[in-house]
Amino acid sequence: MSLALVNFFPDTTSIPFIKARFAAFGISALMIVGSIAAFVSMGLNFGIDFTGGVTLEVRTEEEIDSARIDEMRGVLNDLGFGAVELQGLSELTEGSACYGNHCALIRVQPQEGEGLEAEQAQQTANLAVQAALTELYPTIDFRSVQVLGPKVSGELVEAGIMSIVVALVLMLVYIWFRFEWQYSVGAVLALVHDVIITIGMFSVTQMEFNLSTIAAILTIVGYSMNDTVVVYDRIREKIRKFKKKDLEEVLNLAINKTLSRTILTSVTTLVALFALWLLGGAALQGFAFAMIFGIAIGTYSSIFIAAPILLMTKVKRDSAEA
Amino acid sequence: MLYFSNWKIGLIAAVSLLGIWLALPNFTGVPGQTVNLGLDLQGGSHLVFEVDLPGVRAERLDGLSQEATVLFRQQPTIPTAANAVIGEEVVIRVARSDDMEDAYNRLQSLSRPIGDGSIGLTGVAPRSVSFIRDDAERTIRLLLTDAALIDIRDRTIAQSIEVIRRRIDASGTTEPTIARQGDERILVQVPGESDPQRIIELVGTTARMTFRLVRSDVAVGADGQARTPPGVEILQQDDLSEPFIAVERRAMVSGENLTYAGSTFQEGQPVVEFRFDTTGAAAFGRVTADNVGRRFAVVLDDIVISSPRILGPILGGSGIITGNFTFESAYDLAVLLQAGALPAELTVVEQRSVGPGLGQDSIDKGTIAIVIGFIGVIIFMLAAYSMFGVFSNLALLLNVTLILGALSGLQATLTLPGIAGIILTIGMAVDANVLIYERIREESRNGRAPANAIEKGYSEALSAILDANITTLIAAGVLYMLGAGPVRGFAVTLGIGIITSVFTAFVFSRLLIAMWVKGLKPKKLPI
Repeated sequence: MSLALVNFFPDTTSIPFIKARFAAFGISALMIVGSIAAFVSMGLNFGIDFTGGVTLEVRTEEEIDSARIDEMRGVLNDLGFGAVELQGLSELTEGSACYGNHCALIRVQPQEGEGLEAEQAQQTANLAVQAALTELYPTIDFRSVQVLGPKVSGELVEAGIMSIVVALVLMLVYIWFRFEWQYSVGAVLALVHDVIITIGMFSVTQMEFNLSTIAAILTIVGYSMNDTVVVYDRIREKIRKFKKKDLEEVLNLAINKTLSRTILTSVTTLVALFALWLLGGAALQGFAFAMIFGIAIGTYSSIFIAAPILLMTKVKRDSAEA
Repeated sequence: MLYFSNWKIGLIAAVSLLGIWLALPNFTGVPGQTVNLGLDLQGGSHLVFEVDLPGVRAERLDGLSQEATVLFRQQPTIPTAANAVIGEEVVIRVARSDDMEDAYNRLQSLSRPIGDGSIGLTGVAPRSVSFIRDDAERTIRLLLTDAALIDIRDRTIAQSIEVIRRRIDASGTTEPTIARQGDERILVQVPGESDPQRIIELVGTTARMTFRLVRSDVAVGADGQARTPPGVEILQQDDLSEPFIAVERRAMVSGENLTYAGSTFQEGQPVVEFRFDTTGAAAFGRVTADNVGRRFAVVLDDIVISSPRILGPILGGSGIITGNFTFESAYDLAVLLQAGALPAELTVVEQRSVGPGLGQDSIDKGTIAIVIGFIGVIIFMLAAYSMFGVFSNLALLLNVTLILGALSGLQATLTLPGIAGIILTIGMAVDANVLIYERIREESRNGRAPANAIEKGYSEALSAILDANITTLIAAGVLYMLGAGPVRGFAVTLGIGIITSVFTAFVFSRLLIAMWVKGLKPKKLPI
């Protein structure tokens, strides 16, 4: 009866998702423990937003090969601002500015100091590094310069943590308001699960954790919530409809009914995000990757964590309120 | 849900056309507001300066302490055992207990009404100083009141912004943004190719200029060490042949008395010419007449720019400053002098500068990612829903147009993370359509007639769509409130995208489908 070019899913699925809940809880527990272990042992590779310091993106007429990287590193380390990180940037598209190893990313450690002196120390390091590089390569182009003192970076850390906490609390309140408390507990546990594992992924891969990562995490929270709400909405509907049916069966039914939507939406979002990841340039790559990972985790947690938790919180069966 | 009254159709058409009309200037030569690009996309410098308020407070307390000294010198004099700034207060200890009452009364004149003297909520006009008297210890402590602290803060920042604006305007920089940020910071945003370091110097230099006599009788070592008599200090000079120089602490004339400063050339060298007001001219004339043959130092923020010899009395009230200038530095110094000194020291606490090349690269890559992401989603929706995919794709196209229209109309700033927000919205916007279509499929499978199934699909999916979008909107709202800089741009496009997508996916696509159902009266749903 379908005229669609591709019918992605059989008309009705009846996969016993809830049966797999113990396996899922086990896997999730493992991932959470792993994430926390990674976070404790390796920490996060914080970007300049949170550490302060100086980052520069430069372009030179000369090709920046490994010998030049070493030369730059030698000169910059001798300035006495601590170990300077250098990384060549290249692009594959011919004609773009960084094509053929002409660009590099330079990161100077945050400089120590008291009060406003610490703020000035970052600028001093910035100027010294720029002067040294200009001497080395007179035609050097500073494509971007970011200098952050300890005050601002400290505030950004606070704001970042605050924003995640506030978002989680607001989600909890919203779901509480729209559903019943049993739902909001499940939903927020699933969200905390997503946040921890996403942060764990950043710890394991040591990808740079910066302000856009916080943006990504909040968006993941929103998206995962979105997914959970759709499943919960259907669960509530089915619970009212089948008052006598076994709860596990009802949950399965609701998940299966929304399964094609869950997957289709994830796919369209992933399509857009892959475009961003592959084509959006270096600055957005970390964001795109975090989002791709988070969407996968968020989709998984809506089905395997948020829904089965309702079995444990003993969701009410006789509620008639909307 | 499939019935649309004419005025509803009109309203939907009006909203859509308004969005398209607002978005048009971005694509064609149609004049109008285009999207406001963030500095990370158009290139430019984003600088945040912190105002040294503790320094201003300390100065104010020093002033109070000096004023107290003057008050106590009046006949009959009050001898004091101590008069010093300790922490955030001036501590005065009078020598004799008998003087306490008199001292306390005299000091009252230091506390002045704040602002326009109007009576606030407390019923008393706020005053600037509060006194703590301790008769046993013979001390009187002077503290700045909360109202005074707020007044100092607000006025320092307002004056600083005013000075910065004058400086930046005079430097020929176009479209700067200068605004207070939080309690004690000033944001300066300068778009375009300008050199961030030059802006930092232009904004961050206090530019307190003084003209002082040089003390050639004080021998200064090559390392700047010297035995300085009282009232003399050693300053650095911007001249390699004489790196340190002894000058009097007291100024002959200060920059406040300047009425004009400009850059020009003398004997092929860039110099700064200046003119004093009458007070300044008189003082300068008197001191130069008395000190012919001696040198005087032109001091800018504790650095001696030059120290020429006084060849004769300078009576006209105007002159030139020579020094180690390039044309640009002479020009900038003139701008600084003309705009006046900052009331407080400024320190850069955040600098984000992007060259125009990188900005353009980001725009190009972002645009490609948007287009490819868009095409990918469109193909996918077509494959999944055929005819209904066309409806949702039209809705998606309108959605992106509306986002651009809203950004242009609201003059919100589009940043690089903002582009990511648009791409993400493209992926997530079809969610509402997916929810509806899946529901329609289900209802159709349950044996409902097409129009009925569509009707049911829309109405049943509504609560999930609203919930889902509100939760994402909450996330975007939190990000907007607590996020900083470019990340805010992400929150803006995500938030706008959520609102427009509910309109396009739930309202606009429904209208399309309603018209299609009405026109073709399908027996079966192509879904």
